[in-house]
Amino acid sequence: MEVPENNSRINRRKFLSTGVRASVLLGIGGAAALVADKATTGETVWQLDPAKCIQCGRCATNCVLTPSAVKCVHVYAMCGYCDLCGGYFKPETKTLTTGAENQLCPTNAVKRKFIEDPFFEYSIDEPLCIGCGKCVKGCGAFGNGSLQLQVRHNICVNCNQCAIARNCPSEAFSRVPLSQPYLLKQVTQEKPV
Amino acid sequence: MKKILVLFILTIILTIQFLDAYSVQRFPKPEFESGYVQPETMQPSAHAGLLAVVDVIVLAIALALVTWLVLKKRSRIGVFGMSVLSLGYFGFYRHGCVCSIGAIQNMALAVFDNAYVIPLTVIAFFILPLVFTLFFGRTFCAGVCPFGAIQDLVSFKPQKLGVRLNTVLGLIPYIYLGLAVLYAATGTDFIICRYDPFVGIFRFDATFGMFIFTGTLLLSGIFIARPYCRFLCPYGVLLNWVSRYSWKHLTITPSTCIQCRLCEDSCPYDAIDMPVTDKNPESRSGRIRKMILICALIPMLMLLGGYTGSRMHETLAGVNGKVRLAKALLEPPSSTGKPELMEVTAFKSSGKPVAMVYSEASGILRQFYLGGWILGCFLGLVFGITIAYRMVTTYRTDYTPNKGTCFSCTRCVDFCPVDHHDNV
Repeated sequence: MEVPENNSRINRRKFLSTGVRASVLLGIGGAAALVADKATTGETVWQLDPAKCIQCGRCATNCVLTPSAVKCVHVYAMCGYCDLCGGYFKPETKTLTTGAENQLCPTNAVKRKFIEDPFFEYSIDEPLCIGCGKCVKGCGAFGNGSLQLQVRHNICVNCNQCAIARNCPSEAFSRVPLSQPYLLKQVTQEKPV
Repeated sequence: MKKILVLFILTIILTIQFLDAYSVQRFPKPEFESGYVQPETMQPSAHAGLLAVVDVIVLAIALALVTWLVLKKRSRIGVFGMSVLSLGYFGFYRHGCVCSIGAIQNMALAVFDNAYVIPLTVIAFFILPLVFTLFFGRTFCAGVCPFGAIQDLVSFKPQKLGVRLNTVLGLIPYIYLGLAVLYAATGTDFIICRYDPFVGIFRFDATFGMFIFTGTLLLSGIFIARPYCRFLCPYGVLLNWVSRYSWKHLTITPSTCIQCRLCEDSCPYDAIDMPVTDKNPESRSGRIRKMILICALIPMLMLLGGYTGSRMHETLAGVNGKVRLAKALLEPPSSTGKPELMEVTAFKSSGKPVAMVYSEASGILRQFYLGGWILGCFLGLVFGITIAYRMVTTYRTDYTPNKGTCFSCTRCVDFCPVDHHDNV
């Protein structure tokens, strides 16, 4: 008498367990299906839009990496090669020399090179750059805005949730497709004469 | 005549704007005479695309391998080796991102936010361990998750915590999971990633606060085995639920339990259930009373939790950026001595209408109100069920791993004296 009873108890338990397993599997599949149409096979990376950026300086401090993966990028095509560069010199600089007291950049990452009178080339020493955006602010205020902050993808570890994006006051950070990972402002056309 | 004038003025304005669009260059590019060649702007590319696919393949292979090692080989050394390899690959090489634990948030955001695009790899990282766990138990925790691996490495002197402490601390992951889903679904923040204790170690770049937290966790991990997995991990909650109905789960003995009690103290995670041989430890009326109590308790706890959650919705929403901005904008300027928030400055320069921020913020507050109810009800239900589980006794003859909390680490297997070949 006892054996069949025992068997049926085990069978019922087995049946229930299988049923629950099947429904959990269905649930997982359902969750996958629910988000599947929003899925993309292409990878995305974080990037900041220089048009929205206000150079608050948080890129330098909020990145999980030290120094930050955000660097100043120089779009040479936009540069005016000015002698008095708003991105290189502090506002009240009297002598336009490469003296440390004149430089806006706190880490000496902006390099100034004489090309021909009266033009100077400015380049960024990226390993030194901390992404504070001081030069970007200066260039945008007094110059062409050729210095722009960008996430460098050879450095960025592509966190699931970018720590800078979370704290960006102007919501300039977003995920962009890997195929077009930079959002640099470019000159669309030469200035009409 | 008037119309023509208006059109004329409009044309002029448009022309000026058109010209303006092309005159962003305050200082035109000079015409160089010295033969200077303008350097290219470097745009180094990321190699994430290829690696993400590799990650999913490695994850699948690692899961299959660990499952085989746990269930077929029953080899502790094998599982240990795999966990070290996973720690090396997913942890130190891939910097612990993206991980299955964090993928919960991407899934939640993808369900609730139509604008969010979720990468397929993230879905795979979320789904694969769950499916494996549904069939084979929490083998993911045993040897694939780098977080588990790093804690496993430091658990030198694991102590028993006792059922009560385990139960109470075991409620924390549910709260963490609930909050993580709430914040992710409202598009506020990914708190699991933000307070991820181990990612700072993997990158050798933790902030001071997180370093202290991680250090405490790892130091306490010497005596409390896997503190994050047991008392924090929100993905562990899902794996726990799923693992309870796993098809094949690790067994301590390969054959029949001989009640030798050698494995009794072998589990560092208190995940071995002792035999309860008394079939009817209580009288019928006592059991009925308990049943009624449970049935009354759970809805009460749910209501209480939901009400508390909804009352807290403003506090919970305070973290949200939009809500914070709206609050700062509502405050009259210079009422406080503090300087203007950076967000406010950025908002003012963007030229968007203030009303838009207010309506967005109130929408988010409404979401948090509803979310607070759901979160509270969920936690009430979990608390109720936990209490209910403590009240009932389950009949059990052998020492068995608790399918929910067992990490399938196979430590207990080595303590079983029954010969492995008996199984065949």
